[in-house]
Amino acid sequence: MSDELLAIADRVVAMAKPGEQVEAVVVRGTETEIKVFGGDVESLSSAQSQGVGIRIVVDGRQGFAYAGSLDESAIAETLADARDNVSFATFDEFAGLAEPDGISIPVLDLYRDSMVSFDTADKIAMAIELERVVMAADPRISGIESAEYADSISEAAIASSTGIRTVGSETSCYVATYAMATEGDDTQTGFGFSVGREPSELDPSRAAIDAASRATRMLGAVQPPSGRLTVVLDPWVTAQFLGILGYTLDGDSVLKGRSLFADRLGESVGSSLLTLIDDPTDVRSFTATDADGEGLAARRNVLIENGMLQQFVHNAYSARRAGTVSTGNAVRGFKSTPSVGCLSVSLVPGTSDPAALIAGIDDGVLVQEVSGLHSGVNPVSGDFSTGAEGLRIRNGELAEPVREFTIASTLQKMLRDVQAVGNDLEFLPMNASGVSLVVADLTVSGS
Amino acid sequence: MIEQSVLEEVLGVAMRTGGEFAEVFAEDRRNASAVLDDGRVEELTSGRDRGAGIRVVVGDTTGFAHTADLSEAGLIAAAEAAAAAARGGGGGANVVALTRGSASRGYDIETYPGDVPKARKVELLTRADEAARSVGDAISQVSVSYGDNRRRILVANSDGLFVEDETVRTFFAVSCVATGDTGMQTGRESVGHTIGFELFDMYDIDQLARNAADRALTKLAARPAPSGQMPVVIGSGGGGVLFHEACGHGLEADLVSKGASVFRGRVGQQVASKGVTVVDDGTMVREWGNIAVDDEGNPAQRNVLIEDGILTDYMWDHLRARKEGRRSSGNGRRQSYQNLPMVRMTNTYLLAGEEDPESIIASTPKGVYVKHLGGGQVNTATGDFVFGMTEAYLIEDGKVTEPLREGNLIGNGPEVLQRIDALGNDFAMGPPGTCGKDGQGVPVGDGVPTLRVSSLTIGGTAA
Repeated sequence: MSDELLAIADRVVAMAKPGEQVEAVVVRGTETEIKVFGGDVESLSSAQSQGVGIRIVVDGRQGFAYAGSLDESAIAETLADARDNVSFATFDEFAGLAEPDGISIPVLDLYRDSMVSFDTADKIAMAIELERVVMAADPRISGIESAEYADSISEAAIASSTGIRTVGSETSCYVATYAMATEGDDTQTGFGFSVGREPSELDPSRAAIDAASRATRMLGAVQPPSGRLTVVLDPWVTAQFLGILGYTLDGDSVLKGRSLFADRLGESVGSSLLTLIDDPTDVRSFTATDADGEGLAARRNVLIENGMLQQFVHNAYSARRAGTVSTGNAVRGFKSTPSVGCLSVSLVPGTSDPAALIAGIDDGVLVQEVSGLHSGVNPVSGDFSTGAEGLRIRNGELAEPVREFTIASTLQKMLRDVQAVGNDLEFLPMNASGVSLVVADLTVSGS
Repeated sequence: MIEQSVLEEVLGVAMRTGGEFAEVFAEDRRNASAVLDDGRVEELTSGRDRGAGIRVVVGDTTGFAHTADLSEAGLIAAAEAAAAAARGGGGGANVVALTRGSASRGYDIETYPGDVPKARKVELLTRADEAARSVGDAISQVSVSYGDNRRRILVANSDGLFVEDETVRTFFAVSCVATGDTGMQTGRESVGHTIGFELFDMYDIDQLARNAADRALTKLAARPAPSGQMPVVIGSGGGGVLFHEACGHGLEADLVSKGASVFRGRVGQQVASKGVTVVDDGTMVREWGNIAVDDEGNPAQRNVLIEDGILTDYMWDHLRARKEGRRSSGNGRRQSYQNLPMVRMTNTYLLAGEEDPESIIASTPKGVYVKHLGGGQVNTATGDFVFGMTEAYLIEDGKVTEPLREGNLIGNGPEVLQRIDALGNDFAMGPPGTCGKDGQGVPVGDGVPTLRVSSLTIGGTAA
């Protein structure tokens, strides 16, 4: 199947005129999404999509166009549009496509035939079972906001006149649910999920139990008093912060003066307990990939090692401009040119399990969910403040639930204030994995 | 886009296996964008997306399939897939006869952006870059983006509805970084309307760029925001995101029907302070959330959600309205033909009151004045919501004093609505927004007069 996509990409590249660099990204995917409610299917979407993105560089100027179609006429129109767009860009001596760097594409187990042959009726059954287990988990469970099963089978080919030629396919699936628990007038929510490359890797029961227990344990939550406290971030919350931290380490932000770590290479930027890696070659990661958005080999990069800033991540352009080589961190869909970003970031786990981390805290908060990261975290200044909910920690034990408060600090200070890293690495439906993280001296703002 | 006879044939196929309702939504969308960053026009992008989504409803189940192939064969294949997904049991032919309706926007697009030379769009970027940098040496980085899109839609359904519409939107934004002894700060300004290139007759791009730069510079001198509860005054047009989050999402009928809203069962009750009237209005001409018809073919409406503090109605899409035996309120929207429609807001705003905005601040001994809000997020089941402040100041002794660094504010919708104790006479719409729900983004507008909430939790770091 994918050979067909590569053939299309090759055909586009063959249309390069003298003096033109041409790159084509061709993608195709099949997705199924099943939502259930009240023991029945609420909606079942099955969709096939495809698209092509064409990038052209001529004499230091870049143009781009895309189309959500692989028709010959759409491709021709897209190529013409990309060509026409070239002349309006400002000359940039570093503009240009990626070139083969001699690093071979890793062979990763990202595609499972069992995903392709999994019957729709079985998908429906899994989603219905997910909802059933949530509802049966606790008498206080009053309903679900959502319970769904989703999967995707995707293929992508990238070819360029500079000699890039890669093709890959991958499968993934997940179940996710939001549960509601009610006691009197009080309603609280909790989510749970499970991700995999094939349905047999999913654990709907665990997702359901997680959602139910996260919702029920929040019942009776009150607003905590303001103060400075030690906070335990649950793996899901840690992962969301790592995603933002990744932005500050991308080569493009560094070059354009938007990274607060721009001048800190080789220096200590955080607790010596912190080792941050970006490893898209770990197939357990939801966003694992064998090649980046420019067709270069994906690779494991160590960004922060024992608190010392080791390197930034780059795509071909940012690397050329910074006088270094691409780290295989071009990020893109077919509708955009490659940007720079972490592909699958995580902390190297520590040795303590979450219970031991909590046992070591006299007075703190376990944060199980944050909200408003997009409005409350400024990755340029490092200021952050997010809505939060979770459980108080008193004398080493989980105590009453708390909600309607914010946690605030700066990213810079937070990295220095890390007290412990948990051993509970969790792979999540996003480009970051999480562990429990103990951070001292966060400002809790409540009543 | 598609012949009427083909649509009738396709809907017939969709209904053949016992469907109770079937719909074809076709879309042809062209996007153009240009980005300047770090002093260079990085690239121009042109894009086209074209396809159709078909849904079939049987009982409480919706089957949905989409295709980029708008030929009769492609549409019939999608109709069969959607019908199979809905698992209809019954049989028999179903004849669908369409009646063409009309969509009226009430104004004309003056200049289609597609007719404007690309060089003129690029020139705007360069001008804004220069204007922002001219504000001061401390402006260390500027990024400018331009975007336009032209979206043609067609909706035909088994009730006989057949309507086509076209929407044009144009957008411009400037983001600045200022660097000083205290580190880096950012400032952003954006404008966007459901109009063509005449957007640039409405706004002075140089001024917009200088405002973005000024905002970043101001924040260099900002002190950490306070933590804890205090009165908050929100500036006119600073962002109705407060209402979008505090009550808007909670009034969407799909969430209400699942019991996932704190406003369930509260129609007719006093849910906000007297004087608070909240409206969702898709008909607001030229605004970012303006639509002539929604993505289910129903005309946009002006819907009063809260009137003088009393909850009057929720917002409805076709499916929820059909279940309740009532009419859609014109709030069925979707990101693209690849998505199912949901209940969505359009332009959501709070009507003006009578107070002088100056006196609202003057009568606040201590608090926070939020001139511009950022985005927000809400948990509709609990009502807890946050929203960011991108430009805020302390209020001391009734006067706006020192600038504050960024942060979120947190509150509970039903509680905050009851704590609105002052409404200014200076209503204004805010900047264009994108509302995200269940993974789909749609353009929305919002607006507020100057207003005061007697107590909100401010998520800063200062004691």
